[in-house]
Amino acid sequence: MSFGFKSDTPIYLQIIEHIKLQIITKVYKPYDRLPSVRELSLIYEVNPNTVQKALSVLEEEGLIFTERTNGKFVTGDGDVIKAVTSDTVEVMISEFLTSMKNLGYETSEVIKMIEEKE
Amino acid sequence: MDILKVSNLYKSFDNKKVINGVSFTVQSGKIVGLLGKNGSGKTTVIKMINDLLTIDEGEVLINGEKISEKTKAIVSYLPERTYLDSSQTVSDCIKYFSDFYADFDKTKALELLKDLGLDGENSLSKMSKGMKEKIQLILVMSRRAKLYILDEPFGGVDPSTRDYIMKTILKNFGDDSAMLITTHLIADVEKILDEVLFIDNGKIILQGSAEQLREEKGLSIDGIFRREVK
Repeated sequence: MSFGFKSDTPIYLQIIEHIKLQIITKVYKPYDRLPSVRELSLIYEVNPNTVQKALSVLEEEGLIFTERTNGKFVTGDGDVIKAVTSDTVEVMISEFLTSMKNLGYETSEVIKMIEEKE
Repeated sequence: MDILKVSNLYKSFDNKKVINGVSFTVQSGKIVGLLGKNGSGKTTVIKMINDLLTIDEGEVLINGEKISEKTKAIVSYLPERTYLDSSQTVSDCIKYFSDFYADFDKTKALELLKDLGLDGENSLSKMSKGMKEKIQLILVMSRRAKLYILDEPFGGVDPSTRDYIMKTILKNFGDDSAMLITTHLIADVEKILDEVLFIDNGKIILQGSAEQLREEKGLSIDGIFRREVK
Protein backbone atom coordinates (compact mmCIF):
# COMPACT_ATOMS: atom_id res chain seq x y z
CA MET A 1 0.00 0.00 0.00
CA SER A 2 1.29 3.39 -0.81
CA PHE A 3 0.24 5.80 1.86
CA GLY A 4 -0.15 9.46 1.04
CA PHE A 5 1.22 11.35 4.00
CA LYS A 6 0.69 15.07 4.24
CA SER A 7 4.13 16.54 4.29
CA ASP A 8 3.62 19.26 6.88
CA THR A 9 2.28 17.19 9.79
CA PRO A 10 4.33 14.78 11.91
CA ILE A 11 3.95 11.30 10.48
CA TYR A 12 3.11 9.66 13.81
CA LEU A 13 0.00 11.86 14.13
CA GLN A 14 -1.14 10.77 10.69
CA ILE A 15 -0.58 7.12 11.57
CA ILE A 16 -2.64 7.61 14.74
CA GLU A 17 -5.50 9.07 12.69
CA HIS A 18 -5.28 6.28 10.14
CA ILE A 19 -5.35 3.49 12.73
CA LYS A 20 -8.22 5.22 14.55
CA LEU A 21 -10.23 5.30 11.32
CA GLN A 22 -9.53 1.63 10.78
CA ILE A 23 -10.77 0.84 14.27
CA ILE A 24 -13.88 3.01 13.82
CA THR A 25 -14.69 1.40 10.47
CA LYS A 26 -14.05 -2.07 11.94
CA VAL A 27 -11.16 -2.93 9.64
CA TYR A 28 -9.56 -3.73 13.00
CA LYS A 29 -12.32 -5.13 15.22
CA PRO A 30 -12.36 -5.25 19.04
CA TYR A 31 -9.74 -7.72 20.34
CA ASP A 32 -8.09 -7.98 16.88
CA ARG A 33 -4.34 -8.23 16.98
CA LEU A 34 -2.64 -5.30 15.26
CA PRO A 35 0.26 -5.95 12.88
CA SER A 36 3.65 -5.80 14.60
CA VAL A 37 5.73 -2.63 14.69
CA ARG A 38 7.91 -3.95 11.90
CA GLU A 39 4.90 -4.95 9.79
CA LEU A 40 3.32 -1.54 10.29
CA SER A 41 6.59 0.16 9.46
CA LEU A 42 6.61 -1.74 6.16
CA ILE A 43 2.92 -1.01 5.50
CA TYR A 44 3.42 2.71 5.99
CA GLU A 45 7.05 2.68 4.79
CA VAL A 46 8.18 4.66 7.81
CA ASN A 47 10.74 4.38 10.56
CA PRO A 48 9.81 1.75 13.22
CA ASN A 49 10.32 4.35 15.97
CA THR A 50 7.62 6.50 14.35
CA VAL A 51 5.20 3.55 14.46
CA GLN A 52 6.19 2.87 18.07
CA LYS A 53 5.38 6.45 19.00
CA ALA A 54 1.96 6.33 17.33
CA LEU A 55 1.13 3.05 19.09
CA SER A 56 2.12 4.38 22.51
CA VAL A 57 -0.23 7.35 22.06
CA LEU A 58 -3.05 5.02 21.01
CA GLU A 59 -2.32 2.89 24.05
CA GLU A 60 -2.39 5.93 26.35
CA GLU A 61 -5.77 6.82 24.90
CA GLY A 62 -6.98 3.32 25.72
CA LEU A 63 -7.74 2.35 22.13
CA ILE A 64 -5.25 -0.48 22.08
CA PHE A 65 -3.60 -2.61 24.73
CA THR A 66 -0.45 -4.70 24.92
CA GLU A 67 -0.48 -8.34 25.78
CA ARG A 68 3.01 -9.22 26.85
CA THR A 69 4.90 -11.16 24.15
CA ASN A 70 1.75 -11.41 22.10
CA GLY A 71 1.55 -7.96 20.60
CA LYS A 72 -0.95 -5.14 20.56
CA PHE A 73 -4.70 -5.56 20.41
CA VAL A 74 -7.72 -3.35 19.79
CA THR A 75 -9.64 -2.57 22.96
CA GLY A 76 -12.82 -4.48 23.69
CA ASP A 77 -14.27 -1.45 25.45
CA GLY A 78 -17.13 -0.28 23.24
CA ASP A 79 -17.42 3.03 25.11
CA VAL A 80 -13.84 3.99 24.25
CA ILE A 81 -14.43 3.23 20.58
CA LYS A 82 -17.70 5.19 20.66
CA ALA A 83 -15.96 8.17 22.23
CA VAL A 84 -13.21 8.13 19.60
CA THR A 85 -15.82 7.81 16.86
CA SER A 86 -17.73 10.86 18.05
CA ASP A 87 -14.50 12.85 18.48
CA THR A 88 -13.53 11.99 14.93
CA VAL A 89 -16.98 12.88 13.60
CA GLU A 90 -16.86 16.18 15.45
CA VAL A 91 -13.47 17.04 13.98
CA MET A 92 -14.65 16.16 10.47
CA ILE A 93 -17.80 18.27 10.83
CA SER A 94 -15.99 21.32 12.15
CA GLU A 95 -13.35 21.02 9.41
CA PHE A 96 -16.13 20.83 6.85
CA LEU A 97 -17.99 23.80 8.32
CA THR A 98 -14.79 25.83 8.42
CA SER A 99 -14.14 25.21 4.73
CA MET A 100 -17.76 26.12 3.95
CA LYS A 101 -17.38 29.32 5.94
CA ASN A 102 -14.24 30.12 3.97
CA LEU A 103 -16.33 29.74 0.82
CA GLY A 104 -18.84 32.20 2.26
CA TYR A 105 -21.60 29.85 3.50
CA GLU A 106 -23.03 30.14 7.01
CA THR A 107 -23.78 26.93 8.91
CA SER A 108 -27.56 27.44 8.61
CA GLU A 109 -27.24 27.71 4.83
CA VAL A 110 -25.10 24.59 4.73
CA ILE A 111 -27.70 22.66 6.72
CA LYS A 112 -30.40 23.76 4.29
CA MET A 113 -28.29 22.70 1.35
CA ILE A 114 -27.68 19.29 2.86
CA GLU A 115 -31.39 18.77 3.50
CA GLU A 116 -32.24 19.74 -0.07
CA LYS A 117 -29.66 17.32 -1.37
CA GLU A 118 -31.31 14.47 0.50
CA MET B 1 24.59 4.50 23.22
CA ASP B 2 26.56 6.31 20.49
CA ILE B 3 27.45 3.81 17.81
CA LEU B 4 29.09 6.59 15.83
CA LYS B 5 30.57 9.79 17.20
CA VAL B 6 32.07 12.30 14.80
CA SER B 7 33.82 15.26 16.45
CA ASN B 8 35.07 18.39 14.75
CA LEU B 9 36.09 16.89 11.43
CA TYR B 10 38.11 18.98 9.00
CA LYS B 11 39.32 18.11 5.54
CA SER B 12 40.99 20.12 2.80
CA PHE B 13 41.85 19.23 -0.77
CA ASP B 14 44.60 21.41 -2.27
CA ASN B 15 44.18 24.04 0.44
CA LYS B 16 40.47 24.23 -0.19
CA LYS B 17 38.51 23.43 2.96
CA VAL B 18 35.75 20.96 2.05
CA ILE B 19 34.80 19.80 5.53
CA ASN B 20 34.63 22.53 8.09
CA GLY B 21 34.16 21.27 11.64
CA VAL B 22 31.51 18.55 11.33
CA SER B 23 30.23 16.93 14.54
CA PHE B 24 27.32 14.55 15.11
CA THR B 25 26.39 11.24 16.69
CA VAL B 26 24.36 8.26 15.57
CA GLN B 27 22.72 6.26 18.33
CA SER B 28 21.73 2.64 18.52
CA GLY B 29 18.30 1.95 17.01
CA LYS B 30 18.30 5.15 14.97
CA ILE B 31 18.26 5.86 11.26
CA VAL B 32 19.96 9.17 10.60
CA GLY B 33 19.96 11.05 7.31
CA LEU B 34 22.96 13.12 6.21
CA LEU B 35 21.25 15.41 3.72
CA GLY B 36 22.94 17.80 1.34
CA LYS B 37 23.23 18.91 -2.24
CA ASN B 38 25.80 17.43 -4.60
CA GLY B 39 29.21 18.67 -3.54
CA SER B 40 28.14 19.60 0.00
CA GLY B 41 30.62 17.19 1.57
CA LYS B 42 28.42 14.16 2.33
CA THR B 43 30.57 11.57 0.64
CA THR B 44 33.79 13.09 1.99
CA VAL B 45 32.46 12.70 5.54
CA ILE B 46 31.37 9.14 4.81
CA LYS B 47 34.76 8.27 3.36
CA MET B 48 36.53 9.65 6.42
CA ILE B 49 34.27 7.56 8.68
CA ASN B 50 35.20 4.51 6.60
CA ASP B 51 38.93 5.29 6.68
CA LEU B 52 39.05 5.77 2.91
CA LEU B 53 40.24 9.35 3.31
CA THR B 54 42.62 10.63 5.96
CA ILE B 55 41.26 12.98 8.57
CA ASP B 56 43.01 16.39 8.71
CA GLU B 57 41.62 17.23 12.12
CA GLY B 58 38.99 15.80 14.44
CA GLU B 59 37.99 12.34 15.51
CA VAL B 60 35.73 9.46 14.54
CA LEU B 61 34.71 6.96 17.22
CA ILE B 62 32.83 3.80 16.34
CA ASN B 63 31.24 2.02 19.26
CA GLY B 64 33.47 4.17 21.49
CA GLU B 65 36.72 3.22 19.76
CA LYS B 66 39.05 4.79 17.24
CA ILE B 67 38.91 3.39 13.73
CA SER B 68 40.72 0.03 13.55
CA GLU B 69 40.31 -3.42 12.06
CA LYS B 70 38.02 -4.14 14.96
CA THR B 71 35.69 -1.22 14.29
CA LYS B 72 35.69 -1.90 10.55
CA ALA B 73 34.37 -5.37 11.27
CA ILE B 74 31.15 -3.91 12.67
CA VAL B 75 30.50 -1.36 9.90
CA SER B 76 28.60 -2.36 6.78
CA TYR B 77 29.13 0.22 4.07
CA LEU B 78 27.32 0.73 0.79
CA PRO B 79 29.45 3.06 -1.31
CA GLU B 80 28.01 5.50 -3.78
CA ARG B 81 29.47 3.57 -6.68
CA THR B 82 29.27 -0.14 -7.12
CA TYR B 83 32.45 -2.10 -6.49
CA LEU B 84 31.10 -5.44 -7.64
CA ASP B 85 33.05 -6.91 -10.50
CA SER B 86 30.82 -7.34 -13.56
CA SER B 87 32.53 -10.54 -14.58
CA GLN B 88 31.29 -12.20 -11.38
CA THR B 89 28.20 -14.27 -10.77
CA VAL B 90 25.87 -13.92 -7.82
CA SER B 91 27.61 -16.90 -6.13
CA ASP B 92 30.99 -15.21 -6.50
CA CYS B 93 29.63 -12.16 -4.67
CA ILE B 94 28.22 -14.29 -1.89
CA LYS B 95 31.50 -16.11 -1.51
CA TYR B 96 33.40 -12.84 -1.46
CA PHE B 97 31.22 -11.46 1.34
CA SER B 98 31.35 -14.74 3.30
CA ASP B 99 35.15 -14.73 3.11
CA PHE B 100 35.53 -11.12 4.09
CA TYR B 101 32.93 -10.62 6.77
CA ALA B 102 32.44 -12.85 9.80
CA ASP B 103 29.01 -11.32 10.42
CA PHE B 104 27.70 -12.09 6.93
CA ASP B 105 24.44 -14.07 7.06
CA LYS B 106 24.60 -16.17 3.92
CA THR B 107 21.19 -17.79 4.42
CA LYS B 108 19.54 -14.42 4.68
CA ALA B 109 21.31 -13.12 1.57
CA LEU B 110 20.31 -16.18 -0.44
CA GLU B 111 16.70 -15.78 0.67
CA LEU B 112 16.62 -12.12 -0.32
CA LEU B 113 18.22 -12.93 -3.67
CA LYS B 114 15.70 -15.69 -4.26
CA ASP B 115 12.90 -13.19 -3.65
CA LEU B 116 14.36 -11.23 -6.55
CA GLY B 117 14.27 -14.35 -8.69
CA LEU B 118 18.06 -14.70 -8.74
CA ASP B 119 20.16 -17.75 -8.22
CA GLY B 120 23.91 -18.26 -8.02
CA GLU B 121 24.44 -18.75 -11.74
CA ASN B 122 23.24 -15.30 -12.75
CA SER B 123 26.06 -13.16 -14.05
CA LEU B 124 26.30 -9.51 -13.09
CA SER B 125 27.35 -8.52 -16.61
CA LYS B 126 23.84 -9.29 -17.87
CA MET B 127 22.09 -7.21 -15.22
CA SER B 128 20.62 -3.75 -15.25
CA LYS B 129 22.01 -1.01 -13.06
CA GLY B 130 18.93 -1.23 -10.80
CA MET B 131 19.40 -4.97 -10.32
CA LYS B 132 23.07 -4.55 -9.40
CA GLU B 133 22.11 -1.86 -6.89
CA LYS B 134 19.62 -4.27 -5.33
CA ILE B 135 22.20 -7.06 -5.09
CA GLN B 136 24.73 -4.78 -3.48
CA LEU B 137 22.16 -3.57 -0.97
CA ILE B 138 21.22 -7.17 -0.15
CA LEU B 139 24.86 -8.02 0.50
CA VAL B 140 25.34 -4.99 2.72
CA MET B 141 22.10 -5.52 4.66
CA SER B 142 22.81 -9.24 5.12
CA ARG B 143 25.66 -8.46 7.46
CA ARG B 144 24.76 -8.37 11.13
CA ALA B 145 26.59 -5.10 11.57
CA LYS B 146 26.36 -2.52 14.33
CA LEU B 147 26.51 0.40 11.94
CA TYR B 148 25.17 0.53 8.39
CA ILE B 149 26.36 3.38 6.22
CA LEU B 150 24.52 3.82 2.95
CA ASP B 151 25.87 6.47 0.61
CA GLU B 152 23.17 7.62 -1.85
CA PRO B 153 21.30 4.31 -1.96
CA PHE B 154 18.56 5.92 -4.08
CA GLY B 155 20.80 7.65 -6.61
CA GLY B 156 19.53 7.12 -10.14
CA VAL B 157 17.14 4.24 -9.48
CA ASP B 158 13.59 3.93 -10.78
CA PRO B 159 10.59 4.22 -8.40
CA SER B 160 10.03 0.49 -8.05
CA THR B 161 13.70 -0.07 -7.20
CA ARG B 162 13.44 2.81 -4.75
CA ASP B 163 10.49 1.05 -3.03
CA TYR B 164 12.38 -2.20 -2.98
CA ILE B 165 15.43 -0.56 -1.39
CA MET B 166 13.26 1.22 1.18
CA LYS B 167 11.48 -2.01 2.17
CA THR B 168 14.71 -3.99 2.31
CA ILE B 169 16.22 -1.41 4.64
CA LEU B 170 13.18 -1.38 6.93
CA LYS B 171 12.89 -5.16 6.96
CA ASN B 172 16.49 -5.88 7.78
CA PHE B 173 17.47 -3.06 10.08
CA GLY B 174 17.78 -4.34 13.66
CA ASP B 175 16.98 -2.44 16.84
CA ASP B 176 20.49 -2.88 18.18
CA SER B 177 22.14 -1.40 15.12
CA ALA B 178 22.29 2.12 13.74
CA MET B 179 22.19 3.54 10.24
CA LEU B 180 23.55 6.60 8.48
CA ILE B 181 22.08 7.34 5.05
CA THR B 182 23.22 10.13 2.76
CA THR B 183 21.01 11.48 0.04
CA HIS B 184 20.04 14.54 -1.91
CA LEU B 185 16.66 12.95 -2.72
CA ILE B 186 15.14 13.98 0.58
CA ALA B 187 11.44 13.57 -0.21
CA ASP B 188 12.08 9.92 -1.09
CA VAL B 189 13.77 8.98 2.14
CA GLU B 190 12.53 11.30 4.87
CA LYS B 191 9.77 8.98 6.12
CA ILE B 192 12.27 6.42 7.34
CA LEU B 193 14.56 8.84 9.17
CA ASP B 194 14.65 9.38 12.93
CA GLU B 195 17.06 12.25 12.78
CA VAL B 196 18.34 14.55 10.09
CA LEU B 197 21.60 16.40 9.56
CA PHE B 198 21.67 19.13 6.91
CA ILE B 199 25.13 19.58 5.48
CA ASP B 200 26.08 22.55 3.32
CA ASN B 201 29.54 23.77 2.32
CA GLY B 202 31.12 21.20 4.61
CA LYS B 203 29.19 22.29 7.69
CA ILE B 204 26.20 20.90 9.54
CA ILE B 205 23.71 23.77 9.39
CA LEU B 206 20.73 22.11 11.04
CA GLN B 207 20.14 18.91 12.96
CA GLY B 208 17.33 17.36 14.92
CA SER B 209 14.53 14.83 15.15
CA ALA B 210 12.64 14.57 11.86
CA GLU B 211 9.22 14.49 13.55
CA GLN B 212 10.04 17.42 15.82
CA LEU B 213 11.24 19.53 12.90
CA ARG B 214 8.03 18.78 10.96
CA GLU B 215 6.00 19.78 14.00
CA GLU B 216 7.97 22.97 14.71
CA LYS B 217 8.22 24.24 11.16
CA GLY B 218 4.96 22.88 9.75
CA LEU B 219 6.87 21.65 6.72
CA SER B 220 8.22 18.37 5.42
CA ILE B 221 11.95 17.77 5.86
CA ASP B 222 12.25 18.28 2.11
CA GLY B 223 10.44 21.63 2.47
CA ILE B 224 12.67 22.74 5.34
CA PHE B 225 15.75 21.73 3.39
CA ARG B 226 14.70 23.72 0.34
CA ARG B 227 14.20 26.75 2.55
CA GLU B 228 17.42 26.43 4.54
CA VAL B 229 19.81 25.37 1.80
CA LYS B 230 19.95 27.75 -1.11
